[in-house]
Amino acid sequence: MTRKQRRLTMIGGSLAVLAVAAALVLNAMRDSIVFFSTPTMVAEKHIAAGKRFRLGGLVQPGSLVRGDNLVVTFTVADGSAALPVSYKGMLPDLFREGQGVVAEGALDPSGVFKADTVLAKHDETYMPREVADALKKQGHWKDDYGAKPDYNAKPPGTPEASRAAQGAPQADQGAPQAKQGVSQ
Amino acid sequence: MIAEAGHYALVLALALALIQSTVPMAGARWRDPTLMNVARSTALAQLLFVAVSFAALVTLHVTSDFSVVNVFENSHSMKPLIYKITGVWGNHEGSMLLWVSILALFGGLVAAFGNNLPLSLRAHVLVVQAWVASAFYLFILITSNPFLRIANPPIEGRDLNPVLQDIGLAVHPPLLYLGYVGFSISFSFAVAALIEGRIDAAWARWVRPWTLVAWIFLTLGIAMGSYWAYYELGWGGWWFWDPVENASLMPWLAGTALLHSAVVMEKRNALKVWTILLAILTFSLSLLGTFLVRSGVLTSVHAFATDPTRGVFILLILCIFIGGSLSLYAWRASALKQGGLFAPISREGALVLNNLFLTTACATVFIGTLYPLALEVLTGDKISVGAPFFNLTFAPLFLPLMLAMPFGPLLAWKRGDLLGAAQRLTAAGVAALIAIAVLWAWTRGGSAFAPLAIGLAVFVIAGALSDLAERTSLFRVPFGTAMRRARGLPRSTWGTVFAHAGVGVALIGIVCETTWNSEYIGTMKPDDIAVVAGYELKLDRVTQRQGPNFREMLAQFTVSLDGKRLSAMTPSKRNFTTRGSSTTEAALLTRGASQLYISLGDTAADGATAVRIYHKPLVLLIWFGPVLMAFGGMLSLSDRRLRVGAPKPAKALRGLQPAE
Repeated sequence: MTRKQRRLTMIGGSLAVLAVAAALVLNAMRDSIVFFSTPTMVAEKHIAAGKRFRLGGLVQPGSLVRGDNLVVTFTVADGSAALPVSYKGMLPDLFREGQGVVAEGALDPSGVFKADTVLAKHDETYMPREVADALKKQGHWKDDYGAKPDYNAKPPGTPEASRAAQGAPQADQGAPQAKQGVSQ
Repeated sequence: MIAEAGHYALVLALALALIQSTVPMAGARWRDPTLMNVARSTALAQLLFVAVSFAALVTLHVTSDFSVVNVFENSHSMKPLIYKITGVWGNHEGSMLLWVSILALFGGLVAAFGNNLPLSLRAHVLVVQAWVASAFYLFILITSNPFLRIANPPIEGRDLNPVLQDIGLAVHPPLLYLGYVGFSISFSFAVAALIEGRIDAAWARWVRPWTLVAWIFLTLGIAMGSYWAYYELGWGGWWFWDPVENASLMPWLAGTALLHSAVVMEKRNALKVWTILLAILTFSLSLLGTFLVRSGVLTSVHAFATDPTRGVFILLILCIFIGGSLSLYAWRASALKQGGLFAPISREGALVLNNLFLTTACATVFIGTLYPLALEVLTGDKISVGAPFFNLTFAPLFLPLMLAMPFGPLLAWKRGDLLGAAQRLTAAGVAALIAIAVLWAWTRGGSAFAPLAIGLAVFVIAGALSDLAERTSLFRVPFGTAMRRARGLPRSTWGTVFAHAGVGVALIGIVCETTWNSEYIGTMKPDDIAVVAGYELKLDRVTQRQGPNFREMLAQFTVSLDGKRLSAMTPSKRNFTTRGSSTTEAALLTRGASQLYISLGDTAADGATAVRIYHKPLVLLIWFGPVLMAFGGMLSLSDRRLRVGAPKPAKALRGLQPAE
């Protein structure tokens, strides 16, 4: 083989692998990407039953019902709309009523969101970022959720300062804390 | 005082880094050995001052000085000593300080042990190292000072995130950073070679051990992080395709490619331009990882936009170093002389194939990680790219790579004999087919994928061993002779065998765990029995206990197999009062390479506790594989040819000529 032929073989091979990779990526993009919605968006968009998506919002206080065999139902609300969710399995440590949650699954024909994964993917403000962003957009956001406290403004120990301190965003080294979740 | 001293030491380190990034450069230009040697002293002094700064922060954490914001936010006086120390890097500011400390450590090592490097090359490498260091010192001092004081010191700290109060934090971040930051050396060597406009096989011989060191640490760091997530998060997952994990996987993939292409350059003086590009890309991906994890862009694109100082600063560093090095590459790469010729079927060809697949796989991870961010910034749509995406893209690219892997070491340099290599792999192929057939028969009706994947893994392991048998002429010469030959083999050959076998071992673990994992999820009361994979687990009782800074609910299980009592397992759930959060401490019982795994959920009003029990067959192989790879890397690192040091290039003086 001449130098040119060798180079062509090399370039041809590389292009073939890249083309395969591109095809794989495009194919995967079509099938395996999950969009995020809030209850309001679900109400507006009429998402078809069976289509997978991620639902985010606040767990409505008082809506959590634990049934037999780890079946739980609760309602996810975002201030304007609410959606009933059912899930079977263990809820993550950080799951609380009144706090943010992200669930992945699909609507069943009766309009109940059947979740197969419940994520509590957030810091100690109990606010997943998608939920926080969506709530902000709708104006249901309290500003003290994510503000960085100013320690020198008020002596710590006063109620305001300690609440602000609770809301300090936590950026930890690649720790598993950011990936809490439950899935089946 | 200690905080101020630490802060001051960091400022001095910055000053030293600024000297180191300019003076030796001028020295190389004027061919002044004295000025070039400044790099050596400043690199060592920088290491000293950063070490002082780091020690100061550790002291503050150990003595629980809550007048320092960083200590107040991440520590608690009741916290055990080990977590007071590891808590130093369990937060943004402290982990950035660890980052620069390790950067200074590597710079110091090059300064201390780089005596056989040409003077100008060493000067240039340390100059580039100092550029990176200066940028990150500035970043820490301007946006993330760990030594800030609080005007009115509180009495008690806010405690470290409970999930981080684990021995994993002591090991995982330092290992990961030794890997991440270690690649800065290959980057500095690459940029230095571009500045000098000169690169030869000796260059590759100097770079390879540094790359290998970084790669070993990164391999162990990723494996350790994965095991940590597995036992700490309480649901038995060991890889989540989370952006934070991908951030460490990308430099690993590129670094693995770099390791292999550097071999070609060292042995055959070919692929120079490509190796330089890989060295730049690997460290760029490390920087990208730092940006993703540290800028807060993953927590929220909007948080990034509203409080941009940190994010924009790292983004700026990212753009300057990646953009700058790639521009330099585009400008100077053509000046580098092309290397030797080789046929597509040859050892070089196999290594090119390896590089092709590794970099393409890396690119798919890159797309999967950054596409959601890009889409959110551009259109506002929020999507999640999870495991299904990577299973459909990353896995199909990795399988052919593994299929080709045993062939590489069996092909000759320059012009290989594929048929001959295939013949020598017959035994490995037969072993793989037997494995497939046996598993197929055993799992009758199960998925076809698992037996095939395990067959592939067996092929990789047996292929690595065939290479060894081939080199020692095992079975063809008397056993004693073969053993003598085995002892005489270069350590790097042994390293290849272990590292390649490690990939196969990890694949077996991954396939077994994902395919034959059995689980029980339900509620249990005392004296209830759960049966998982033949094991009987009886819940004896649930008790409460007070820990140093938490309350703990312990569940005691008795595990028996076929009526015989094996062991006790006590998973627990800890409640950390200071932060009001809880963690799940899973209980693990190791049986061979398999594990039983119990984690606890909530307790219902009637006293029943939610319990999750898994039996994970051969799960430990997932981490044993990377450990084997790292061990192979260490063997290769101890190889004579790397220890003895690179020979001086023929025309050492050329390095002193100014780069035009």
